[in-house]
Amino acid sequence: MNADNATDSVYDGLVDQEDAHWAFGTGFHEPLAGVDRAVPDVDRADLTAYCLMLGDDALVLSQRLAEWCSRAPELEEDVALANIALDLLGQARLLLTRAGEVEGAGRDEDALAYLRDEREFRNVHLAEIECGPFAGGDFATTIARLLVFSSWKLAQYSRLRGSADPVLAAVAAKGLKELAYHRDHAAQWTVRLGDGTEESHRRMRAGLHRVWPFLDELFTAHPVELRLPGVAVDPAGLRSEVEDVLAEVCRAAGLELPDAAPAARVAGKAGRDGVHTEAMGYLLAEMQHLHRSLPGAKW
Amino acid sequence: MDLEAEFERAVAAERRVEPRDWMPDGYRRTLIRQIAQHAHSEIIGMQPEGNWISRAPSLRRKAILLAKVQDEAGHGLYLYAAAETLGADRGELTDKLIDGKQKYSSIFNYPTLSYADVGVIGWLVDGAAICNQVPLCRTSYGPYARAMIRICKEESFHQRQGYELLMTMMSGTDAQRAMVQESVDRWWWPSLMMFGPPDAESANTERSMAWRIKRNTNDELRQKFVDMTVPQAEKLGVTLPDPELRWNAERGHYDFGQPDWREFWQVVGGNGPCNAQRLAHRRKAHEDGEWVRQAAAAHAAKQAGRREEVA
Repeated sequence: MNADNATDSVYDGLVDQEDAHWAFGTGFHEPLAGVDRAVPDVDRADLTAYCLMLGDDALVLSQRLAEWCSRAPELEEDVALANIALDLLGQARLLLTRAGEVEGAGRDEDALAYLRDEREFRNVHLAEIECGPFAGGDFATTIARLLVFSSWKLAQYSRLRGSADPVLAAVAAKGLKELAYHRDHAAQWTVRLGDGTEESHRRMRAGLHRVWPFLDELFTAHPVELRLPGVAVDPAGLRSEVEDVLAEVCRAAGLELPDAAPAARVAGKAGRDGVHTEAMGYLLAEMQHLHRSLPGAKW
Repeated sequence: MDLEAEFERAVAAERRVEPRDWMPDGYRRTLIRQIAQHAHSEIIGMQPEGNWISRAPSLRRKAILLAKVQDEAGHGLYLYAAAETLGADRGELTDKLIDGKQKYSSIFNYPTLSYADVGVIGWLVDGAAICNQVPLCRTSYGPYARAMIRICKEESFHQRQGYELLMTMMSGTDAQRAMVQESVDRWWWPSLMMFGPPDAESANTERSMAWRIKRNTNDELRQKFVDMTVPQAEKLGVTLPDPELRWNAERGHYDFGQPDWREFWQVVGGNGPCNAQRLAHRRKAHEDGEWVRQAAAAHAAKQAGRREEVA
């Protein structure tokens, strides 16, 4: 390459409208271009709620993982965790957009992300709990959560790929490749930490213990999920597959599977019903405050 | 044959120096220092913008900002790799950073106080960085020049994203326009300081120019930045906070005032608004990650041992 041309083209880059190298779809140029957006013949309120469940899982975990940015143990890990957070954010945007479209009340991804109150969020508790870098965890806990979450999501999306909702099917098909990478990343770290030093083994074990009580909720069906056969995935059917994966990773890491009792629900309710942990209010306060402080602003 | 004279001739003839070529110790040291400072700047630079990721006001802006901060980590990685081709060790360079023995760009010692700062950093700070860095794509040391080509392309993309955020905010509410102007008022002078002290006071310029490490003087680059930025400010609809700023038809350039150089030296000297905070953040991340890096190394060593046993 001619060096002079290379440097001149950098200035050209300032006016160049080519977005192609921007890896993460930040411009939101229709990653689902060409996908049929017809709404299947089911109850629209149920389908909206289901899209919110999936979208909120991804959005809230993305928000948590982004907390690591500039705080990871290595620069490579800063890049990797940001990458995973970006993948999840991309999934969340597609799912919230779909929720708004199915609902038909004119709410876009931002209205849904920023203007709903805590009780209207339908993510599972596993996505919202604090697992580090701040109080409530460390890198091992973050990895334990990512391992459980991505193993579960991968199983869910692999079934959702056959959904009668063409948009959910397309989101799942696109998300599967991403989730396979997330699970692989988490599994590799679980093995490294389980096998590495006494300290890392102890921390990895503690991390698994921290997240294990939230596992049961992942396999507990909400009535909405059961009212959408052919469209939604019944999470109860994912349990054995996910538990097998977790057992295999723990075996490779030299870690025992935690023997931790499931966290009790609140009057039978949990994340899918909009009943959250105490951590959720703070997460939303931080995420939503600027958007809510300037009503009518354009971003 | 006199190696040093041969080296000087090659550099003067614009030949690229590659890692295995002979080079004077001073050249190697100067480059390691400059590349390391540049890498440190990318890594410390993740903090002021990272400060707003959790609060980004739309999901699209959150994705753009997170991707940008991630790119900065990536730039830090390639630059540390370029420094390693000169025999430096990344771990040692990181230690020098967190012990305060090597510097990073002083601009990151200013706080980010509103979301407009994310746009203004993209527009002015990345804009100034591009003016400084584009000539480095032709710097004499090959690995550095090649890293800079890629980095400059990404930086120019960031600059455009920042400017686009500001254009959007200026088309929004009065409160947003005021937020943009207030942010420009805070960042304009620190951005001009990014080119370093005036040429007459710059200790490293002359030698680095002779070695073709540096290609333009601080004042030349500062002028180029002002000339490039004024029309962009007009298009955006903001006022640059310099009463002396005006077009000089005779010179064919804008005239402009001087930043407060006392403030510059204060910040460079470690007493800027965020110096202590930035270093403490980096140090904490590094120390908190120590057990993870040890575990990864221990696991790799055990794996290698196991492979040997099998073989």
